[in-house]
Amino acid sequence: MDLSVNKRPPLVSVNNVSFSYGATKVLDRVTFSISAGDFLAIIGPNGSGKTTLLKIILGILQPEKGSVKLLGENIKVFKQWGNIGYVPQKATNIDSFFPVSVREVVAMGLLSQKKFPRFIRKKDEGAIDRALEQVNLKDFKNRRIGELSGGQQQRVFIARAIVNRPLILFLDEPTTGVDAETQEKFYSMLGRLNLAEKITIVIITHDLGIVNKRVNKVACLNQRLVFHGTHDDFCNSSVVQELLRGEYHLVCHRH
Amino acid sequence: MENVLSYGFMQRALLAGLFIALACAILGVFLVLRRDAMIGHGLAHITFGGVALGLFLEIKPLLMALTVVVLCSLIILKLREKAGMYEDTAIGIFSSAGMAVGIILATLSGKLNVDLFSYLFGSILAIEKFEVGIAITLALTVIIIVATFYQEFLYQTFDTESARTSGIRVGLLDGILAVLTSVTIVIGMKVVGILLVAALIVIPSAAGLQLANSFKQAMVLSSIVSMSSVITGLFVAYYWDLPASGTIILLSFLVFLIFGGIRLIKKTTSIE
Repeated sequence: MDLSVNKRPPLVSVNNVSFSYGATKVLDRVTFSISAGDFLAIIGPNGSGKTTLLKIILGILQPEKGSVKLLGENIKVFKQWGNIGYVPQKATNIDSFFPVSVREVVAMGLLSQKKFPRFIRKKDEGAIDRALEQVNLKDFKNRRIGELSGGQQQRVFIARAIVNRPLILFLDEPTTGVDAETQEKFYSMLGRLNLAEKITIVIITHDLGIVNKRVNKVACLNQRLVFHGTHDDFCNSSVVQELLRGEYHLVCHRH
Repeated sequence: MENVLSYGFMQRALLAGLFIALACAILGVFLVLRRDAMIGHGLAHITFGGVALGLFLEIKPLLMALTVVVLCSLIILKLREKAGMYEDTAIGIFSSAGMAVGIILATLSGKLNVDLFSYLFGSILAIEKFEVGIAITLALTVIIIVATFYQEFLYQTFDTESARTSGIRVGLLDGILAVLTSVTIVIGMKVVGILLVAALIVIPSAAGLQLANSFKQAMVLSSIVSMSSVITGLFVAYYWDLPASGTIILLSFLVFLIFGGIRLIKKTTSIE
């Protein structure tokens, strides 16, 4: 079910994708698409295949069956990495011992648009500063990343993901281990990136608070795609309510 | 006091030792942070098998060891990538097999003697001119390759998955690092021997990482620790009549303890 009314070609097309870890089926014939401008939340119970799906979309894992197109290009031959931003699930579990500065981490995000040899030059500092400003961390530029709090580290990873001004930003449970106040600021920043910077956002989350406040599309996975549609339809879906009972606290009114 | 620097053997030892120490330190920082420190140990054991094979077949042991170790390191990499085997398991299997082959071949050829012992414990004071040339070439190759791919190596070491989604060819980088490490281990065995060459990769890097605030700082500090251990180690060994290999490694271990202590004091002070 794809309720996208956007006539432009989708940024992401997932076509009949299946995946198993050994004998355990994780994804079963999942088909959906993501349009430009979407702020999509991918939700589902633990083990429902959310992270696996994201890794398949990004080409980190190969699907058993089916195919994925990213920005109109088959993921197997995808080259436009400069248009993609990605914040992985374990971003906040970084090794505090690792001797890398905030600046060095954000600079990593610039490599996707560089050709061999990929050097960071003086003229790149402007882009690094801009990205850090967007996440309110400019003063932390030369600090070792291990010295920052979990929420600050998460924002550094967002800065790394947006330093290229990507068309689409993927985030995998970005607020795990982050306190409620920081989460709120974080989601507000994502909303601003989506509306002001026109960045399409795809977020895997366990926090339906964000579904309530920010997103305009929801995809619900449970090995198969149980639901994909607008926020309002999501709130009225009895299938979703039944599936998520107990794991998620559903509040379906907009502030 | 006689001037030891006027001796050709000492000049060659210093030159080769410094360049090998530099290559070991640079690669070591990546390996330690990737939690691949044990690969050096594993490859050193495989080197023993390669050297014994060379002695058995009467082919230059250094060349034979180089071929065997590069091949095995790439097989270990593929086993991890394609067959999903844990890297330490793959290293454990190949290093033991390498040692076993070495022991059998050395016994069969009747060459479990001085030759093999010099490979096991190092013979930097007996290093030859062409080996100095190899050491310098190796170190320059490591520096040029790491400088060229520096950003990619850093990104991959810090966050492999994200590096992949930035179009970084992590498989290729893994391969390059495996080959460079293999070559460094084999050449490094001339300095401190098969039994201690892994330490030359791990200890100076671990020491540098105690105090570094940035990645570049870690590389510079590790290189300083590594090279100063070789210089001091060679002189101490010469004047006190000690084995150079053990002295070099013990000195770098001492620096590691000092740096670790400083880090601990800094940490305690900042908490208070």
